[in-house]
Amino acid sequence: MVSHTSISRKIFVVCNYTFLMALSLLCVLPLVHIFAVSLSSGAAASAGVVKLWPVDFTTAAYENIFNKPQYFTAFWVSVKRVLLGTSINLLLTITAAYPLSKDSSYFRARTVYVWIFVITILFSGGLIPWFMTVKATGLMDTIWALILPSAVPVFNVILLLNFFRSLPKELEESARMDGAGHMMILWKFYVPLSLPALATITLFSMVGHWNSWFDGLILMNNPDNYPMQTFLQTIIISKDPRFLSAQEAELLLNMSDRTSNAAQIYVAALPILLVYPFLQRFFVKGIVMGSVKE
Amino acid sequence: MQKFLRSERLPLHLMLLPSLAILAVYSYWPMAGIMIAFEKYIPTKGLFGSPWVGLRNFKYLFYLPDTQRVIINTLSIASMKIVAGLIVPIVIALLLNEVRKSMFKRAFQTLVYLPHFLSWVILGGILIDLLSPSNGLVNQALGVFGIQPIFFLGDNNWFQFILVSSDVWKEFGFNTIVYLAALTGINPTLYEAASIDGANRLRQAWHVTMPGIMPIAILMVTLSIGNVLNAGFDQIFNLYSTPVYESGDIIDTLVYRLGILQAQYGLATAVGLLKSTVSLILIACSYFLAYRFANYRIF
Repeated sequence: MVSHTSISRKIFVVCNYTFLMALSLLCVLPLVHIFAVSLSSGAAASAGVVKLWPVDFTTAAYENIFNKPQYFTAFWVSVKRVLLGTSINLLLTITAAYPLSKDSSYFRARTVYVWIFVITILFSGGLIPWFMTVKATGLMDTIWALILPSAVPVFNVILLLNFFRSLPKELEESARMDGAGHMMILWKFYVPLSLPALATITLFSMVGHWNSWFDGLILMNNPDNYPMQTFLQTIIISKDPRFLSAQEAELLLNMSDRTSNAAQIYVAALPILLVYPFLQRFFVKGIVMGSVKE
Repeated sequence: MQKFLRSERLPLHLMLLPSLAILAVYSYWPMAGIMIAFEKYIPTKGLFGSPWVGLRNFKYLFYLPDTQRVIINTLSIASMKIVAGLIVPIVIALLLNEVRKSMFKRAFQTLVYLPHFLSWVILGGILIDLLSPSNGLVNQALGVFGIQPIFFLGDNNWFQFILVSSDVWKEFGFNTIVYLAALTGINPTLYEAASIDGANRLRQAWHVTMPGIMPIAILMVTLSIGNVLNAGFDQIFNLYSTPVYESGDIIDTLVYRLGILQAQYGLATAVGLLKSTVSLILIACSYFLAYRFANYRIF
């Protein structure tokens, strides 16, 4: 490409870099600011003197979290949910995507099955009938309420089935000649060949489970069963007074809501920040994978 | 039957069985639960025992003062988000495409899609702090210019603006990647040809780059048509409060309050049914259009 280095071009380049730099800071500085607030003293935070660096450095807000048993309970519920939920999601995605990736000339029922899956994207009964169903199946206040209703991630199934279809057919044909069954072909060929796709799906599913809060809010009557994000929602956003004992209320007065909220936000966001480097490596691939089809 | 049991396709059916069972219970059974919309639903009597009231729930909706408001809010918030969510990522992708240093490109991308992976509970908490009228950073910055503190999340004049801009803030990084991928697919000889014909950078962007990303842009727009009734429940639920119901209450938040908080099951299901039906029509149309114009197939 011919490069023009005229004055106007130079001005544009400088402005462009400056603008993009400002934009990227706009995405991160709010997070830095809240982090600074979480490490500042309550007085400094309420006076609004904290900018991007902690003022009167203290870890009191974090210590307060570690003294709160509810916080650990919620964290544990979330961890359980991520581990169980992601494994079940993954298992069902693989076992559903494989048969659906077969050609309809070979597996004639495929067309019907695909429609059964796709209709669930197109239409839903809505919140209330769904809620009634979960209630009727007796899952309320159990960890399964957060896992089973969303156990089949249809979008991921479609993503993976498209990926399976892009694998070379010859491999499967030669394996079948040697007498390999479907189970063998799936686990010995398809799965090892799809590891990058599976990693993407796994990470997305983990993030999805960690970030979910609404199902916890309506499906758990006992706040002890709340996952992390639901718990956070009720104390920071809705400011549910049920979670404040008199002693804590006093503590909060001394320390200001602001620092304690900031610290709680951080602990809940930490797992995401930790897996973020992996996420962003896979997710560009994931997008491309979903959009490119033969 | 014997033949079916010995068929080599049997394992395929069996593999699908668990998923089908889950879908039957948690996706298809709720579809049958739509009956609640035509009943005066009494939980103890159940789906089939509750008295049938025909269209009474739907008629009642027309007299509910909230109905008109939530429909207007939903449509205006969702369409503003769709438009802003289309323009901003394209512009940024074009600007980023002009950057030659790949280190800078990569660093930029790493920073901007971080918010995409955080939940609206976390971002809601952050926004509430940042926009606070008493000690929030935004109002402090405005104070430097002598502007009086604005209660962004409690002011009907500002609330929709905050919803749209914070949604763009969360998602533009993610969508920029989609367009950037399309940009890298443009044949570089097209640029050479254009520059030999005397086109400057701006004209190249207009005549080569824009047509290059048009197909993916059209695809994104058509697919977003199905979202016109989804104004973003997760976001609004975590940011709104009673004073801003006037500008921020949407269909989904109304369904939540009617159905879950007030236990008016019939009414809430009726609202949900209307929404699902209109969404179905829109999604079907958008998939059809995407198939016709961008040759897009979901499976």
